[in-house]
Amino acid sequence: MSTTTNLKIEFGGGLEILFNNTPELNVSLSTQGKPTVRDLIKHLADEHINERKELFIEGDTVRPGILVLINDCDWELRDELDGELEQGDVVVFISTLHGG
Amino acid sequence: MIKRPKTGQQVCKDCFFFAFEEEIHKTITDAGTFKRGERVAIGASGGKDSTVLAHVMKTLNDRHDYGLNLFLLSIDEGITGYRDDSLETVKRNKEQYQLPLKILSYNELYGWTMDRIVEAVGKKNNCTFCGVFRRQALDRGASSLNISHIVTGHNADDVAETVLMNILRGDVSRLGRCVEITTRGEDTIKRSKPFKYTYEKEIVMYAYFKKLDYFSTECIYSPEAYRGFARTYIKDLEALRPSTIIDIIHSAENIRISDVVQDALPKQQKCKRCGYISSNELCKACVLLQGLEKGTAKMAIGNKAKHISQEVTGDIRTIPMFKMPEQQQKAEQRV
Repeated sequence: MSTTTNLKIEFGGGLEILFNNTPELNVSLSTQGKPTVRDLIKHLADEHINERKELFIEGDTVRPGILVLINDCDWELRDELDGELEQGDVVVFISTLHGG
Repeated sequence: MIKRPKTGQQVCKDCFFFAFEEEIHKTITDAGTFKRGERVAIGASGGKDSTVLAHVMKTLNDRHDYGLNLFLLSIDEGITGYRDDSLETVKRNKEQYQLPLKILSYNELYGWTMDRIVEAVGKKNNCTFCGVFRRQALDRGASSLNISHIVTGHNADDVAETVLMNILRGDVSRLGRCVEITTRGEDTIKRSKPFKYTYEKEIVMYAYFKKLDYFSTECIYSPEAYRGFARTYIKDLEALRPSTIIDIIHSAENIRISDVVQDALPKQQKCKRCGYISSNELCKACVLLQGLEKGTAKMAIGNKAKHISQEVTGDIRTIPMFKMPEQQQKAEQRV
């Protein structure tokens, strides 16, 4: 039986440009069991980016240099791609690749 | 919670802020970067690095009583739809941090905006113009404020990337200089990089958690292919082993250039036309400007540049004479 998980997604550091200039997005994921960050990245790349996908996704993960925070916690502390997502989680993607 | 790339430590938000700021304090003080009472310009583009730099310099100057007079210094390259927007961010930073702001434009200094330069030379080589012009513009802006020390937001990732690029180019003289916290020849304005050991990841995290106001749009004229490659490579290395970045910097710090090689490197001199520091008789900015004025701009790039005539003919525009700030001249007289 598949479950539906509602998540709040935020983009920063210029990534929002890839997502039609929307800094925030509500996403519903339908998965067998709990969805992982891997599922979320694939979903975002498939459903929400029109062009230049390669600036967001590389293989099944985000392009190096993109930071991921889940409820303000670094995803590197939460099993990265395999980290499970819960109902209502806030996931932030921030690009570090812009000049400064 | 964040995982610090340099150490792998897991820290909460508040401990992260403190560690981040105090590491920069240590970098600055270990190197004896500043003198009490010094006037220091923060090169501010409105981007993440310089915005965080302005915030941290202000914080540390207050917390540790450095006694510095801080200024924001911005260069307006004249890129419609990019720099005009990012300068709005700098203007907000001026209010947020209560620091005086000076904006100097390419148009004022060189009589050309980047928009016009791109019209003349096309999109391919325009970054050469922009880079050469910006470096001088920052020095001249500082000089006009009687400032002889500029801090920039170059971070550890940038430094590691520059090390790799200098190795790939075989540029021995820059390889040694690019990892120094403060670089200065004689007669030039000091440049310091308080973030030379600070990871880009942490700068972005800091800006995000502190909710700092920064501008993050790619320059409309910059494909920057070469740097792009080095950057991607560094990011790939970091993903495998985060300490790589600091390792590259430490390696370059330990390279010693033999005296024989040192003697063979081009000597610094003053540009005959504008007085700015240069390794040839004419500085790069004067050569590029002459090309623009004569409509032969593309010739000024690469090896052909050496054959450019040094005589100013007729009424072409030149750059005003460069003067060091008085403060600096006096200090040097004492030595």
